[in-house]
Amino acid sequence: MSGGAPHDLLDAIGGAPPTTSDVVVEARDVHKWFGRLHVLKGVSMSVRRQEVVVVIGASGSGKTTFIRCLNHLERIQKGRISVNGHLIGYREVNGKLVEDKERNIAAQRQEIGMVFQRFNLFPHKTALANVILAPVQVRKMPVAEAVEMGRALLDRVGLAVKADAYPGQLSGGQQQRVAIARALAMKPALMLFDEPTSALDPEMIGEVLEVMKELAREGMTMIVVTHEMGFAREVADRVVMMDDGQIIEEGTPEHFFTSPTHERTKAFLSKIL
Amino acid sequence: MTLANMDGGVFSLAVIQFDPSFFWHYLLQPSQGYLQGLALTFGLAVAGQTIGVVFGLLAAFARLSRAWPLRSIARGYTWIIRGTPLLVQIVFVYTALAAAGIFRFHDIDLGPFTFAGNIQAAIVALSLNEGAYMAEIIRAGILSVDPGQAEAAKSLGMTYPQSMRLVVLPQAARFVIPPLGNEFNSMLKNTSLVSVIGVQELLLSTNTLVSSTFRVFELLLVVATYYLLLTTAWGLVQSRIERYFGKSTAATDGPSFLERFAGFRLPIEADDAPEDL
Ligand SMILES: Nc1ncnc2c1ncn2[C@@H]1O[C@H](COP(=O)(O)OP(=O)(O)O)[C@@H](O)[C@H]1O
Ligand SMILES: [Mg+2]
Repeated sequence: MSGGAPHDLLDAIGGAPPTTSDVVVEARDVHKWFGRLHVLKGVSMSVRRQEVVVVIGASGSGKTTFIRCLNHLERIQKGRISVNGHLIGYREVNGKLVEDKERNIAAQRQEIGMVFQRFNLFPHKTALANVILAPVQVRKMPVAEAVEMGRALLDRVGLAVKADAYPGQLSGGQQQRVAIARALAMKPALMLFDEPTSALDPEMIGEVLEVMKELAREGMTMIVVTHEMGFAREVADRVVMMDDGQIIEEGTPEHFFTSPTHERTKAFLSKIL
Repeated sequence: MTLANMDGGVFSLAVIQFDPSFFWHYLLQPSQGYLQGLALTFGLAVAGQTIGVVFGLLAAFARLSRAWPLRSIARGYTWIIRGTPLLVQIVFVYTALAAAGIFRFHDIDLGPFTFAGNIQAAIVALSLNEGAYMAEIIRAGILSVDPGQAEAAKSLGMTYPQSMRLVVLPQAARFVIPPLGNEFNSMLKNTSLVSVIGVQELLLSTNTLVSSTFRVFELLLVVATYYLLLTTAWGLVQSRIERYFGKSTAATDGPSFLERFAGFRLPIEADDAPEDL
């Protein structure tokens, strides 16, 4: 890894992004249907500033859907979600929630970084262009300033030399590190990760987890869907187990390693550990 | 066996009346008016295609919109245009609308030039027609882009127009460019249909010559050769454009087609999802 171990990630974006409230995520009784399929059945979660929450659960249990609701990539049909003190996706009109204007939703998403399982880098742009696109176009940051920040970010994730490479020329692990840099470039108050290492070859998982661990240590508020229990043990404050659209167990990583209570949790952990 | 010794056959050399010198003369030394017809054909094709692409973009966005009235209008538009002959559409726009007193195209004076009413109508009809075909091509191009791209753009705080302009459309272009080239090839030839409303493009210029010389065979060979030259020249340009796009995207290849489909999530139609909260 050029540039050595990941370091000073938040320093590269001018320090930890401001949070306006102590509770960064507040999801209450969130319900989501896909047509008739009831996918989230009353999920509540609150995440404090600088907290790292790992979400585990069997495939199809609703983990992806839940974190996509947190930045309104999915609509919800019941409940409410606030991030950094703002209601997400909806506004309150006479005590009823109505979907917010697209502009406002877009503005809210600027505060929430998201890292996808399949990276979703823009293939027609170089690594650096991927990182600075939104800062320049959305945050209206001057290009020179954005380039400086983008290069710093790429350096901190160990990819300074790949700034001008296209995603197609990068390995999966490198692409995912660019994707993390891209999300950080918006100076988000919260980072969401949806199985960021599950599309990677085993030898590349470590380099991505290192970046995420560093980010956690520097105090980024994070919700991470992952089955990497080593990561959870090292940096998670809390682990949340989802099953069939509900949170069935919640506790410290230690709790999950030593004394999980729910049968479904035990069965699930026995498969992944 | 040559034509000449086909005893008792239908063909005989005596029947074929072909004057090569007439043909070469009109092919190599076309009159000023004939060249104007050629220029008009090319101009109509460029105008029709350009405005057609704009209509196509609008209709494609309408088709992909969340608002069902927009979707219905766009669907109706492509249904009608693609389900009726272009020739009928041309006569409808120029002659039928005027006859019904709905709309009449008037000549517009632009100083030294006159923008003739029938040419306006020709451009309107050609672009409306082209728009319907381009709408399908552009829509398919947009849908071929991995939905994860638009989601990544959204997650970075981009609005829908920003994500379209900066992320989706540049990637849709590689799916749109090849069929767009084929559309322009058709457009070059389809302009000949506006001769029915009296636009002096290449075909009508030819017909005018035919009625004064009665040299149908030679003159149709001439006009066919001109169309062939136009479409062949375009073919060369097209293959250059495609090579350019092929090269610029080769290095930037993201996940392969198969990989894309493996992780494919169909975007849910807005009106399928329950809205009530
Ligand atoms: N866009 C969609 N349309 C319909 N059903 C979906 C969609 N996305 C997810 N689902 C369904 O919702 C359930 C939860 O999926 P997901 O949130 O992806 O689970 P996980 O991430 O835990 O594997 C699954 O049954 C899945 O099939
Ligand atoms: Mg998932």
